[in-house]
Amino acid sequence: MAETHSLQDLRQAAVASKVFVQRDYSSGTICKFQTKFPAELESRIDKQQFEETVQTLNNLYAEAEKLGGRSYLEGCLACLTAYTIFLCMETHYEKVLKKIAKYIQEQNEKIYAPLGLLLTDPIERGLRVVEIIIFEDRSIGSR
Amino acid sequence: MSAVMITRKVTRKWEKLPGKNTFCCDGRVMMGRQKGVFYLTLFLIVGTCSLFFAFECPYLAVHLSPAIPVFAVLLFVFVMAMLLRTSFSDPGVLPRALPEEANFIEMEIEAANGNVMAGQRPPPRIKNVQINNQIVKLKYCYTCKIFRPPRASHCSICDNCVDRFDHHCPWVGNCVGKRNYRYFYLFTLSLSLLTIYIFAFNIVHVVLRSVDSGFVNTIKETPGTVLEVLVCFFTLWSVVGLTGFHTYLISLNQTTNEDIKGSWSGKNRVQNPYSHKSIIKNCCEVLCSPTYPSVLDRRGVMLEDLSSPTPSDASAASTHQSSNPVSQTTKSSAPLIPNEHTPDEAKPGIGSGTQKSTSSPKEEKPPSPTSPNAVAPAVIKESSH
Repeated sequence: MAETHSLQDLRQAAVASKVFVQRDYSSGTICKFQTKFPAELESRIDKQQFEETVQTLNNLYAEAEKLGGRSYLEGCLACLTAYTIFLCMETHYEKVLKKIAKYIQEQNEKIYAPLGLLLTDPIERGLRVVEIIIFEDRSIGSR
Repeated sequence: MSAVMITRKVTRKWEKLPGKNTFCCDGRVMMGRQKGVFYLTLFLIVGTCSLFFAFECPYLAVHLSPAIPVFAVLLFVFVMAMLLRTSFSDPGVLPRALPEEANFIEMEIEAANGNVMAGQRPPPRIKNVQINNQIVKLKYCYTCKIFRPPRASHCSICDNCVDRFDHHCPWVGNCVGKRNYRYFYLFTLSLSLLTIYIFAFNIVHVVLRSVDSGFVNTIKETPGTVLEVLVCFFTLWSVVGLTGFHTYLISLNQTTNEDIKGSWSGKNRVQNPYSHKSIIKNCCEVLCSPTYPSVLDRRGVMLEDLSSPTPSDASAASTHQSSNPVSQTTKSSAPLIPNEHTPDEAKPGIGSGTQKSTSSPKEEKPPSPTSPNAVAPAVIKESSH
């Protein structure tokens, strides 16, 4: 039954609705998403699983924005070269963003697509929301 | 029809971005709308430095030290690099909400407000968030259809919400926000140093030469000196003052916008929740924090037609968009699958917002209009295959 919902199949499926997980600003302006479980997903996915996904995303973003020795070093080095070093080198944030994209792809393939859901990388929505597309469950016939 | 010749016209996302920015070099360069003052800045800096290199440097290199022009060149290159970086980069623009997201937020607002009696004005759209034990109000932006993140503000000149909005600087021709604030600060700092440097060595040069040949002869030999001294004198007061002001803001982790509005100035006894209470930590956060990426994806390719066989560059784009089968087609002619399932509260405000984004004109685009091309290639491709 899980095979009826691969990522490829989802492209042809009809979208029932979308849920938007908002940003959590309680810790300031760092990128963090609310782990509150949306009501629309109650019938589709385990609350624990969802929270774990969002928490991992939050941890990854925290790693990207961490202020520490490494970021200071990168900043100073870049300043000394008048920021031309970024023409050949990737910033730390960009490296973590690639990690995040891979993680989301992996989560979609393994967990969300079989349940008829799809996570959208927040970077495509301006790091404002995690968009979750809920597809109609036509094959199984349950809503 | 010239469109027949263009079989692989690619529409990049920057061409369809709402807002009043100007884009150059196929989306690599992003600036504000009015660029006149920026050209003046460029002219003043390049002009004054050229005069310095032409008139003063030969004399000073011989009579004092060759290190003087070398250091001036390095400083000049740094100033130009910082200026161009500030002017040409994305200040931290927040993309507008797509229709589904805007609808979702509207529904949330209505649920929160409850029933509003007919004739009564609906309450203002504000969200309260607690940051570091302070209550911060997040305002709703009617243009971008989002609740602005803390410290973000809408720039009316560029017509965008900008994250950690500082101010719109006409001298650099762009907004100053989260992504380019440090370049702006380094620009003002290095420009102050350059101005002081040129001013000082102008004086030194005039003095040295006057000792040999007299003051009037000196001016006759190097007429550029007078001009340089004038420009440097007036620039000095404004740029050094600006650098000092921004150093003060950085040490307190405040933005110009917050300072002007008096958000943390103690009137309401609300303290700045973003300050680390330590000058060094604040400076480190503002100047040495990780470089934030642009969330605009200006050079991404727009998927023009979902059903037709896509050329290679669209398939490269589809790896970007693989997680979103119903991608940003709000601006193309393809039928919008999500809209058919959107709750029926399609407000006229949101509908007109989408209209506005499809027809926003751009001043410095390449001559070929892109909106008809976004439709035409889809048609042409069908017939040529």
